[in-house]
Amino acid sequence: MSRRRSHANDEIRRIPDSTNDANVGMPASHGSFHLMWRKFRRHKLAIAGGVLLAALLIGVIFAPFFAPYAADQGNLRYSYCPPQRIHFIDSDGRFHFRPFTYRIVKETDPVTLRLRYSEDKSVAYPIRFFARGWNYTVFGFIKTNLHLAQASEGGTLYLFGTDQHGRDLWSRILFGGRLTLLIAIGAGFLSGLFGAMVGTVSGYLSGAPDAVIQRFIEVLLCFPALPLWMALSAALPRNWDPINTIYAITLIFALLGWPGIAREVRGKVLALREEEYVTAARAIGVGRGRIIFRHVLPQAMSHIIVSITTAVPGLMIGESTLSFLGLGVQPPMATWGALLQKAQNIQTLAQQQWLLIPGLFIMITVLALSFLGDGLRDAADPFSRF
Amino acid sequence: MGGYLIKRLLAGALTVLMISFVSFVVITLPPGDFGSALEQQLIRIGGMSREDAAQLAEQLRTQYGLDRPMIVQYGSWLAGILKGDFGYSLRYRRPVAEVIAPRLGWTILISVSALLFSLIFGILPGIYSATHQYSVADYAVSFFSFWGLSMPSFFLALVIMYLLIFYGGVRNIGGLFSLDMALRPWSWAKFVDFMKHFWVPVVIVGTGGTAWNMRAMRANLLDVLGAQYVRVARAKGLKERVVVNRHAVRNAIHPLIMHISMSLPWLIQGEIATSIVLGLPTTGPMLLLALQDQDMYLAGSFLFLISVLMVVCNIFADVALAWVDPRIRYE
Repeated sequence: MSRRRSHANDEIRRIPDSTNDANVGMPASHGSFHLMWRKFRRHKLAIAGGVLLAALLIGVIFAPFFAPYAADQGNLRYSYCPPQRIHFIDSDGRFHFRPFTYRIVKETDPVTLRLRYSEDKSVAYPIRFFARGWNYTVFGFIKTNLHLAQASEGGTLYLFGTDQHGRDLWSRILFGGRLTLLIAIGAGFLSGLFGAMVGTVSGYLSGAPDAVIQRFIEVLLCFPALPLWMALSAALPRNWDPINTIYAITLIFALLGWPGIAREVRGKVLALREEEYVTAARAIGVGRGRIIFRHVLPQAMSHIIVSITTAVPGLMIGESTLSFLGLGVQPPMATWGALLQKAQNIQTLAQQQWLLIPGLFIMITVLALSFLGDGLRDAADPFSRF
Repeated sequence: MGGYLIKRLLAGALTVLMISFVSFVVITLPPGDFGSALEQQLIRIGGMSREDAAQLAEQLRTQYGLDRPMIVQYGSWLAGILKGDFGYSLRYRRPVAEVIAPRLGWTILISVSALLFSLIFGILPGIYSATHQYSVADYAVSFFSFWGLSMPSFFLALVIMYLLIFYGGVRNIGGLFSLDMALRPWSWAKFVDFMKHFWVPVVIVGTGGTAWNMRAMRANLLDVLGAQYVRVARAKGLKERVVVNRHAVRNAIHPLIMHISMSLPWLIQGEIATSIVLGLPTTGPMLLLALQDQDMYLAGSFLFLISVLMVVCNIFADVALAWVDPRIRYE
């Protein structure tokens, strides 16, 4: 541990912040963030993770554009319809430039009484791209009804199948991803803010206040997060507005997310406060607050960002678990974890395997976030291996 | 060593005290109290008249001291715990201690087995991966460790349950025994049956830790293998096996021991989620039911017990670490 910290110190001495390094003689463009970006770029997986995450963010921010159906738009005629195939070649072997879906026919198996869906190849519905559909607003003020893809009149477009109420799973994944990412990133940001504050104060003051804060953090870290999250969100009034529940859950996650971040930031600040430029600032009589905010915090910033990025995947898994257990976000809102609720029933799962798809989205997103966090950590602290 | 131990124990006791307070806050969080919950239950299920129920609830409030200020209540709750009385579970209609004890045993058994599983199946591939850097196996280990860390245990449990039932030919996955074995006394046949069920939660709970250990072991060992004393050991002409096993691994494993105590919350967390999906008779489903029914004495006491367990394990881990690494003692 100590070896790593001394390495980190060396690195900081070599790459001071561009704002106060006139003595080093480096061009201004080679500031620490520039060097970090160069390091980060070499981390191929982190780049891939970042690109994937950006795509996901665009997908969920403009969810109504990418979603063929509204989040709660159900059609009970197509309850538990399996994923539909998109065709380019029709039954006569002709290629169509515009992909199409066939009409789905529902029938009941005479022996098992199960529902069975099949394609009626005589009726094809071409998919309309950049088509007009249901209305929505972007950013709360742009009213539009433009969608990436819509089935033509009378047809259906269920890319990932439907749930019990005949709601399109792909659309619900997009809208659910919005909430999932909002809660995880929001909670990560809040924990980062609070953790950075406590960590900086604790690390910079050191001595008795530091000891008290550290003991308190140790106690909080002793609690297994999931049971406490479960207990706190179960205590939320059931008759609350779903929006308020979302805010409350974000806060609950932040409540247990900050101690880990505070600890990491404290370690960093503890090393920084021994730096010569901080001693120099203290010697010329700069106030405590100004030292913290002007000299220590900017240097610790990259580490704070890294801590937040590495905390978000855990928060996301926690939120998914909570929602999966029915203690998180309440219907009609649904995060990815809540979308998996129905898959818990083994009979349902036997017939409708596509209900597991939201789980793949959780996995991929967590993976992308971990890769990104890894790359950022390497960039911020090039001597650590993970 | 003795002084270190005493210091550690004192800090632990203080932590337990603070944990008990947070747990008590959780108990008192939901609107209404034990009395009003019981009152509702008596009217709804017991068919008691409103007045009788209110009277009985009031009597119970006095008996449990719920009419006194919160800090006094906290004191008596704490005093009760010291005597082994954790309160009364509404959901199970039994003292909390009786409900938790057998379930906690299973939870600990599954968590500890998962911990051992993750140590064995994390460290060995980690060593192999570090000594064969950039080989196919190394990439496989890296891939697995990323995959394992990004898989929520409840989702892994769902997928494994699905695979076992539809491709593995297992008929009854819920529980730790087959239906016909559950009530029989312990025998070899029952043990075999138990193991057939037991490995499933162990593997699911252990996957995350296995992935972490692989990654940590690989990274630590790579660090240590670059150290000068390893080069010296090689220069002395020692066999590569001795260099790795006797010199490098011993130093690379310290951070992992330190991490055991930190990984406990994750184990418990995974165990709870997995048990709920698989329907195991452990504390997971119990906690969920308790929270759904606002059976707060059960939930709060469980939270307290599990956190105390965590503190105890932390102390063990710290002492173990001080024992293998003398530098810690003189910090």
